[in-house]
Amino acid sequence: MQLAAEMRPDTEAALAEIIASAAASKTSLEIAGGGSKRAIGRPTNAAHLVSTRSLRGITLYQPNEMVMSARAGTLLSEVQSVLARGNQMLAFEPLELAGVVGGDARQATIGSIFATNASGPRRLAVGAARDHLMGIRGVNGRGEVFKNGGRVMKNVTGYDLCKGLAGSWGTLAVFSEVTFKVMPKPPASTTLVLLGLSDEIAIEVLCSVMGTPYEITGAVHIQQHLAVTLDHMGLRGQGKSVTAFRLEAPPKSIAYRRDKLTAALKVYGQLQDLEQKSSEAFWDEMTRLSVFEGSDHPLWRLSTAPGKGPTVVAAIGRYMPVSAVYDWSGGLVWIDLPVTTDAGAADVRRVIASHGGHATLIRASASTRASTDVFQTLEPGVQNLSRKLKATFDPANILNPGRMYVAF
Amino acid sequence: MSSILLPDADVDIVARRVDIVKELQALLGRDRVIGDEDGRRAYETDALTAYRCMPLAVVLPQSTEEVAKALKYCHANGIKVVARGAGTSLAGGALPAEDAVVITVSKMKRVLDLDYPNRIARVETGITNLAITGTVAKDGFFYAPDPSSQLACTLAGNIGMNSGGAHCLKYGVTTNNVLGLRIVLMDGEIVDIGGAHLDSGGYDLLGLIVGSEGQFGIVTEATVRIIKAAEGARPMMLGFQSSEVAGQCVSAIIGAGLIPVAIEFMDRPAIQICEAFAKAGYPLDVEALLIVEVEGSDTEIDDQLSDITEIAKQFNPSVIKVSDSPEMSAKIWKGRKSAFGAVGRIADYICMDGTIPLGRLPEVLVAITEICQRHQLKVANIFHAGDGNLHPLILFDANDPASAERAELAGNEILTLCVKVGGCLTGEHGVGIEKRDLMHVQFNATDLALQMRIKTVFDPDWLLNPAKVFPLDARLMAEIPERRERTVRTVRSAA
Repeated sequence: MQLAAEMRPDTEAALAEIIASAAASKTSLEIAGGGSKRAIGRPTNAAHLVSTRSLRGITLYQPNEMVMSARAGTLLSEVQSVLARGNQMLAFEPLELAGVVGGDARQATIGSIFATNASGPRRLAVGAARDHLMGIRGVNGRGEVFKNGGRVMKNVTGYDLCKGLAGSWGTLAVFSEVTFKVMPKPPASTTLVLLGLSDEIAIEVLCSVMGTPYEITGAVHIQQHLAVTLDHMGLRGQGKSVTAFRLEAPPKSIAYRRDKLTAALKVYGQLQDLEQKSSEAFWDEMTRLSVFEGSDHPLWRLSTAPGKGPTVVAAIGRYMPVSAVYDWSGGLVWIDLPVTTDAGAADVRRVIASHGGHATLIRASASTRASTDVFQTLEPGVQNLSRKLKATFDPANILNPGRMYVAF
Repeated sequence: MSSILLPDADVDIVARRVDIVKELQALLGRDRVIGDEDGRRAYETDALTAYRCMPLAVVLPQSTEEVAKALKYCHANGIKVVARGAGTSLAGGALPAEDAVVITVSKMKRVLDLDYPNRIARVETGITNLAITGTVAKDGFFYAPDPSSQLACTLAGNIGMNSGGAHCLKYGVTTNNVLGLRIVLMDGEIVDIGGAHLDSGGYDLLGLIVGSEGQFGIVTEATVRIIKAAEGARPMMLGFQSSEVAGQCVSAIIGAGLIPVAIEFMDRPAIQICEAFAKAGYPLDVEALLIVEVEGSDTEIDDQLSDITEIAKQFNPSVIKVSDSPEMSAKIWKGRKSAFGAVGRIADYICMDGTIPLGRLPEVLVAITEICQRHQLKVANIFHAGDGNLHPLILFDANDPASAERAELAGNEILTLCVKVGGCLTGEHGVGIEKRDLMHVQFNATDLALQMRIKTVFDPDWLLNPAKVFPLDARLMAEIPERRERTVRTVRSAA
């Protein structure tokens, strides 16, 4: 078949036909949903774009079984509004970085959320997107339609490709339909805030509250010069760093836990409360990293042991000015660096290598992303397995070639 | 039951058995290798005891490096390997083969690092599931997945099968609680994946390895999440006059947005058997019993149990009983967790492990009863109701081959039904050999080929636990290397 510059198959069979045809002619394809994340990763330089945006529609929703299925191109916003009507939610709190990288967040699809394993603050408590993905249908680079998993939460029948493919950025297969666990919305939400803490003390506090039995569902620290750019009026006006953690439970439980935590933390300062709407508005900002919007500075995502977050930031800070937001009680660090030819990659990578974890360059110019490793260079053993995995799913290397790694 | 197609043993390898044992002993030390018949016999089966096979040799390494040496040797000599933890697999996952060396990590059980601020424990995988919690319990932490065999089963086996348990409704299964691992590949290469951070970089190899049934490599170390225990926990019992109504009550609890830590279901036969064994205080005059457990402070527990009671009352329960002491709570759970052992006292049984969408529960329970009656068998139903994971225990007489055959047929019908209503063959026990030939029911040839090619990525020669998980006839089209696919009917030895 003739491949067009942009193709929007509206059935799984049509998607498979396109990919099979491209595989036969070894034609590279850029894979996208609504395109909100196209500026993340290395440029693919593919001449043809395959978008799943016409594969739309929620195909199953059983609130009593906490399960939903949707075709991959269904808008995230549609999924979220249908869930909201059932008083439910995507518990991993999808992270949507369109505002940070210059995409249109309204176009984000549910397939892209799982394909990029885009997990927000609540990941710390309830698991990542990959932990909520129960079933998939899709097409691999051979043009074969396949399924894995199902619509039930407990399923160990065969290998777990839901996890294997979550976060593979369209380089192994293209989802046509995803089935995922949904959760009831919490009865109430309150965020407790400490102001003016240093990074080290803040992470000490957050790690200690995560070690309490009070089921904290979000734990972040925002440095002072970023905190003053929050949209949240109550916090931006304080002029101080913000250390925040969230309680989600019935109101009586929140009151009880707040009292316990207030007593335990009084040496660190006066805890302030963000009640319901104010709390929700704050975490909404955290799922889109609003403090990094409107800049062209390189933005990095660092994943490390929570307690090591401040050490890693301080080490990078010896080479250049760093602005940091700590999520996941310090285990996920977003850092903004000055514009340089390699976006700071050499220093960031050296530091992360000596502390453990990995770094991903989220925002940089296309030329920088083309010339720098965007995803962490893998250890030889892992790289070898990853390369073979790519080759078995996509032997012709046509799906988002080079998006994650230069060689595959 | 009693027979399953297994690939022909490699006669050249079997003929070299004595030399292989000697060479392994020279490589690893005499105390690390079991070659004598009595010693090997202890490893001839796992918890699926209907199937037995003497392994070529048994290796008990005490370090990752020793595992690597053993695997490298086997790889160089084309010898198959079956990885084993404590041998508690209900699916035959650790069943040896005549031409395979069993490598067990059971001697590797050290705790390598406890890190409370980062809420992780790094351990060798021969540690038992319960010992992880045992290590951190003094500081108020626990390791969440809790399979019923947790006293004996190893973390290695849990990782192999992606084990669950009663409390995974709230805390997830093994794959949700493992952050990093060290795996030895078949050629002896040692690979570290993930670590103390919450997501591993690149492709999610961790997610693929957990649940790969010992077919990708031998996992020798793991970094697992540990969680601060709630201030308290308390179960309640709800008794109903029909299983159907009990199922509706479960749906209503979940539908109301309440997620208890656990919701366990037992039907009348299961209740009677468990009560007779454990004296748990279960009501004997109900058709179905739910054990619902919640967590929190005393007040929080009271509030949640009161909400659940209000919902349950809409379904006319004949028993509502909240535990009023730690002793009573322990007894309630002892009854449930000893269910398999209790059933085993009165009959032989096979334990099914299908999962179904919760909404189909009433019709599936009716069908299970019908299937077992048709095969003239008794069944006791126990399951994790919150997530639809069924454990029908089909009772039979192992001394009566016809009864055993009927039990297997009934089991296959039940699992096929689970798939038909939108569920799956196995929720937490794994495929092993037990469900291998039913994989066609759930997956088509393309689905299976895709998975088998992933095995080839990790184990190009198909030497690791090769006879398991994938139907033998599905292998030919999946570019699986030539492994002498001629098959013979291998009959179990008499139990």
